[in-house]
Amino acid sequence: MTNHYLSEAVERIQPSGIRKFFDLASSMDNIISLGVGEPDYATPWNIREASIASLERGMTSYTANAGILELREEISRYLNREFHTPYDPENEVIVTAGASEAIDLAMRSTVNPGDEVLVVEPSFVSYAPLVSLIGGVPVSVPTSIENGFKVTADQIAERVTDRTRGILLCFPNNPTGTVMTKEELEQVATVIEKHDLIVYSDEIYAEMTYDGRHVSVPALKGMRERTVLISGFSKAFAMTGWRLGYVCAPAPIAAGMLKIHQYAMMCASTMAQYGALEALRNGKDEMLEMVESYRQRRNFFVSSLKDIGLDCHTPGGAFYAFPSIKSTGLSSESFAEKLLFAERIAVVPGNVFGEGGEGHIRCSYATSLSQLEEAVDRIDSFLKEIK
Amino acid sequence: MELLRLLEKDGRMPVKTIAKMLDVSEEEIEDMMRALEKRKVILGYSGIVDWTKVDSPEGITAMIDVKVQPKRGVGFDEVAERIYRFKEVKALYLMSGTYDLSVVIEGRTMSEVGQFVSEKLSTLESVLSTTTHFQLKKYKHDGVVFEDGDEDHRIVVSP
Repeated sequence: MTNHYLSEAVERIQPSGIRKFFDLASSMDNIISLGVGEPDYATPWNIREASIASLERGMTSYTANAGILELREEISRYLNREFHTPYDPENEVIVTAGASEAIDLAMRSTVNPGDEVLVVEPSFVSYAPLVSLIGGVPVSVPTSIENGFKVTADQIAERVTDRTRGILLCFPNNPTGTVMTKEELEQVATVIEKHDLIVYSDEIYAEMTYDGRHVSVPALKGMRERTVLISGFSKAFAMTGWRLGYVCAPAPIAAGMLKIHQYAMMCASTMAQYGALEALRNGKDEMLEMVESYRQRRNFFVSSLKDIGLDCHTPGGAFYAFPSIKSTGLSSESFAEKLLFAERIAVVPGNVFGEGGEGHIRCSYATSLSQLEEAVDRIDSFLKEIK
Repeated sequence: MELLRLLEKDGRMPVKTIAKMLDVSEEEIEDMMRALEKRKVILGYSGIVDWTKVDSPEGITAMIDVKVQPKRGVGFDEVAERIYRFKEVKALYLMSGTYDLSVVIEGRTMSEVGQFVSEKLSTLESVLSTTTHFQLKKYKHDGVVFEDGDEDHRIVVSP
């Protein structure tokens, strides 16, 4: 559908492939959904309570554009303590309306029309469209299950041109759950430094790293000065609906992002900022409990998928399994659609996440164990039916 | 520890599931459970029931604060044992503060609980006083919220 009032950039981009599956699945009853990209916990009560208390105290005005200073200071302490990435709360941290706004700010403040941005795929659905919307050119760097969906320095070097501006990384990854080790990231960093690229590092799933500790890109040698770190509260603190994230970058880049943020958003929601403050101060124990539960469910789900014959690498983080369905001979879209109609299981076809995603489905295991058990049984029946 | 936490949350969780979740073999889990039962770390496996939702005569639960005179040599233990041996007593705790023992009693009727307090509990030699509180409604028990308001409101597919 076209309309002459719409901009060319908007006309050019496609709606998210996830939307189609949402529409399909929403029209059906008794669905077991493995298609949900968010925690199955409600926000811990102390965080909700802190936000309610802020309303009771009348904290209902705008905050500073970059967010309340107390929260920025807490974010700075948190990042330094957990991931060895210190940022100056006054000039290098901006509180945003979710990590999604943070990605948009990062793109809009650093990419010129015609610039190329490398997108390591499969990736979160909004990366490439956000590059396109500002006239940039997203260039896919596809990864595959053979390499555990890890990107190599060579793959990056092959795609760099004189128009390449930066690279978008996301580890732990949505949708594959892949985590890169420090050594692997250091190799990638070498080529990034060599070609003087900006790194947009989406680390929203950092806390959900199950085997070992998360390695933050700006903590690597030579990376801090060229990295825009994107994160938020949605996943670790089960705060998706609060729309609260943050972006950290060297002061000149942060100042650029702040210009856009102050005109487009003014500031993030005040009550959400007070909730987030409580999350960082007193939310760690409950967060660790949730993460441990995801780890156990990952073990259960991935092992069960393998038992029923679906090849699946072990995701090191996030809460997604990304099994291969190539053995069925179906495309990922056809598999997901047939599975939905035959067994009422909603998964997301891997192709919506870009190159490298075809032949896979994304299953979120952030749902109850009983639902996971039931889902595995139904997928098993489905596989036997289509044999 | 992880095994205990899982069982505490769901005592009916199959060994096969636990083994997968903790990434160890089923035999290992069975051995660990047997050893924990033997050491009386695991004392039993029970369900949490919302009796208001089934068609059965509803019982009465009371929490009784008891002040006692501890005895030389045995402290509170002797009187505690005499109390917890009664089948009506579902739980018993030694408390700090204004009273000494907290006794949870379940009975079929209010008068049954009253009778227990007046005839069995208050008449014990060491018991100095009792204060009985009847439970009116159960909101949360053993970490489980009754009529949970935290339903899953998530949309079926999201990024």
